[in-house]
Amino acid sequence: MKHRSIKVVTAAVAVTVLTGGLLAGCTTAEGEEGGKQTLRVTLANHVWTDIVKDKISDFEADHEGVTVEVTQLGEDQLSDQYNVKLNAGTDEIDVMMYRPLQEGKLFAQNGYLADLSDYVTRDAAWDWNDFQEGPVEATTYEGSVVGVPIITEQQVLYYRTDVLEKLGIAVPKTLDELEAAAKQIKEQGEIAGYVGRTGVSAAVTQWSSFLFSEGGDFANKDYTKATLDTPAAKEAYELYGRLIGQYGPANVSTDMSWPDAAALFAQGQVAFYSDASSLYQNLALEENSTVWDKVGYAPFPAGPAGSVPYNVPSWALGINNDSNKKDLAFDFVEWLTSPELTLEVQEAGVPAARTSVWDNPAGTASFPPQLAEAIAIGAKTGVGYDRPRVISVAEAREIVGAPIVVAITGGDVDAAIKKAQADFQAFLDDEND
Amino acid sequence: MSTTTGTRVRTQTSFSLWANRHRKWVLAAPAMVFVALLIAFPLGWTLYLSLTDASGSIRAPHDFIGLENYFDVLSDTDRFWPAVGRTAFFTVGAMVVEMILGMLIALLLWRPFRGQGLVRIIILLPLVATPVAVGMMWRLIFEPTIGFANQFLSWFGIPAQPWLAGEATALPTLMFVDIWQWTPMVVLILLAGLTSLSDEPDEAARVDGANAWQRFWHVTFPLVMPTFITAVLLRGIDALKTFDILYATKGKGGGSFHEVETLNVYAYGLSFDYQKYGESSTVLVIFFLMIIGCIWLLTIRRKKSSL
Repeated sequence: MKHRSIKVVTAAVAVTVLTGGLLAGCTTAEGEEGGKQTLRVTLANHVWTDIVKDKISDFEADHEGVTVEVTQLGEDQLSDQYNVKLNAGTDEIDVMMYRPLQEGKLFAQNGYLADLSDYVTRDAAWDWNDFQEGPVEATTYEGSVVGVPIITEQQVLYYRTDVLEKLGIAVPKTLDELEAAAKQIKEQGEIAGYVGRTGVSAAVTQWSSFLFSEGGDFANKDYTKATLDTPAAKEAYELYGRLIGQYGPANVSTDMSWPDAAALFAQGQVAFYSDASSLYQNLALEENSTVWDKVGYAPFPAGPAGSVPYNVPSWALGINNDSNKKDLAFDFVEWLTSPELTLEVQEAGVPAARTSVWDNPAGTASFPPQLAEAIAIGAKTGVGYDRPRVISVAEAREIVGAPIVVAITGGDVDAAIKKAQADFQAFLDDEND
Repeated sequence: MSTTTGTRVRTQTSFSLWANRHRKWVLAAPAMVFVALLIAFPLGWTLYLSLTDASGSIRAPHDFIGLENYFDVLSDTDRFWPAVGRTAFFTVGAMVVEMILGMLIALLLWRPFRGQGLVRIIILLPLVATPVAVGMMWRLIFEPTIGFANQFLSWFGIPAQPWLAGEATALPTLMFVDIWQWTPMVVLILLAGLTSLSDEPDEAARVDGANAWQRFWHVTFPLVMPTFITAVLLRGIDALKTFDILYATKGKGGGSFHEVETLNVYAYGLSFDYQKYGESSTVLVIFFLMIIGCIWLLTIRRKKSSL
């Protein structure tokens, strides 16, 4: 009997311990304890993040008991995190860095982003009106402000000053001149003429300036009719394809995003590269580039419709709608986007979304003068988007980008455009349903 | 009073008797319940989602649409069936080469020789590397313009190849990476099988005048067959599930032409890129059924071979 009891007690203890252990594993971590608060911030890998991260201790010093916990991830990993956590209704993210044009509409429609309309007007000194109109439009959803833009980008043309000088080529002002120059350089046989992003999805944003400058667009104004088969769009597809497929590096990969394309330019393999202005430090800093002292900057070359590059807010800060620390979270956003810190960030080379920092000579002093000029021109003539303005942007980009890859690899562009037009029309019909 | 005490004693006695009789179940129950929930809940939830039009946000209202997703997916010749083909090609191709190479290396390492320990360690090195790191490493090596692979070919006057960048060459290149990484595991399993074999049948065949090939084909291979089937099963399921090196080298969508998009990569894209949770779940359920089918076939084969 006694022996049996020992067995039963042992069994009961084992069951309790195992079950208890499981339950303990299922409990959530507490965010607050004894007046102390932890603000959970998710940021993308970006020069902006590297700069502000070092200053977060100042915010913590000003807010007693507050600890800021930063999670830093690459673009794709960041999207996946949001997809999983916000879908599950987590309150473990308070402040989130997101891409207004890529996922802004989707997040806002899903109710992931808190309405900041009342917050942004509460402090006149912080001055919401100082933020540029285009970026603000991209962080507004159905009349409500859902994000504060932090970084802007314009497409510019990077070129090798030494190569152009050696071959006696003038800096291209038009797309025709760019093609002729790229052809001439490629035919010299030493280096390739032009490189840009080639991945089906990644290329769409950098191809958009070609599309706009040729006079085209992704769709009509209210996005009910796809316009990928217009003569302007066709010319943009074919030109982009020729520039990389015929005058680009041999055996060019069709999976390149900006790190791969920028690396080819930075390693002296190509003479022209067109991409976002915010990437210039990857080409112009000695530690990143073998041609850092031979980089020239020009506004995006003009097509039949003029020079019409994109001028977009690439990143913004939002607040998780399920966060239970929205006030503190906005204090942090306000601090991060204050005129002073914004100026500091722009002085370090990251194009910001506040008008005042662009008007301030100190704000543009750190940029190479040619680049500052190219950005200023792009900001004036550019359009406020670089990808289709739809909810499911990732899917739309794959449809729009398919003919780009076909053009680069020398395939049947007409057939690819026909298919893309039909697919994009079906996509728009489905989304407008 | 005494009746109550008596009842309690009786209840305790009957409970302890029951617990003692079923103690193996009582002790294992919490873990079994946990594992069952861990498998059953996601499976049930995926099955449920596959019958709905869930998209955008999983928390948004969605409708029950029956088998519509299944009809859509099974009639999709643009992405789904090519993905099935690539999954089968990758799995079978990589597995066959791994099994042959693995058997060859295991046979070489079977008999003791000088420096055996060192050779075994070197052969096992790829196995301990993280797949994503392996993917990134090979991506740099196979970069068509500045990568080492084309540099290496140029030393022998061989023209540069597109490797991972080419529509036709990307999947075979990734199969090569998979073979490089996972052949050691096959070697390890087969070596364990070979070392457990008795020398007598082999010696008997030798005495009878059988040559090396005859001894391998008619004696060693049939004896090591159960281990071989286990290795095929393990490696086959693993290759079927491959995601990390495909994603690390070609990203979402399996490349610009979806050239390495297997079912895993496709389901991931549907869910994380397109936010089409219903359709993505359908692909996963079909994939799950395919895996079950493969395991069933291999298990039957193993039972037959062990009889």
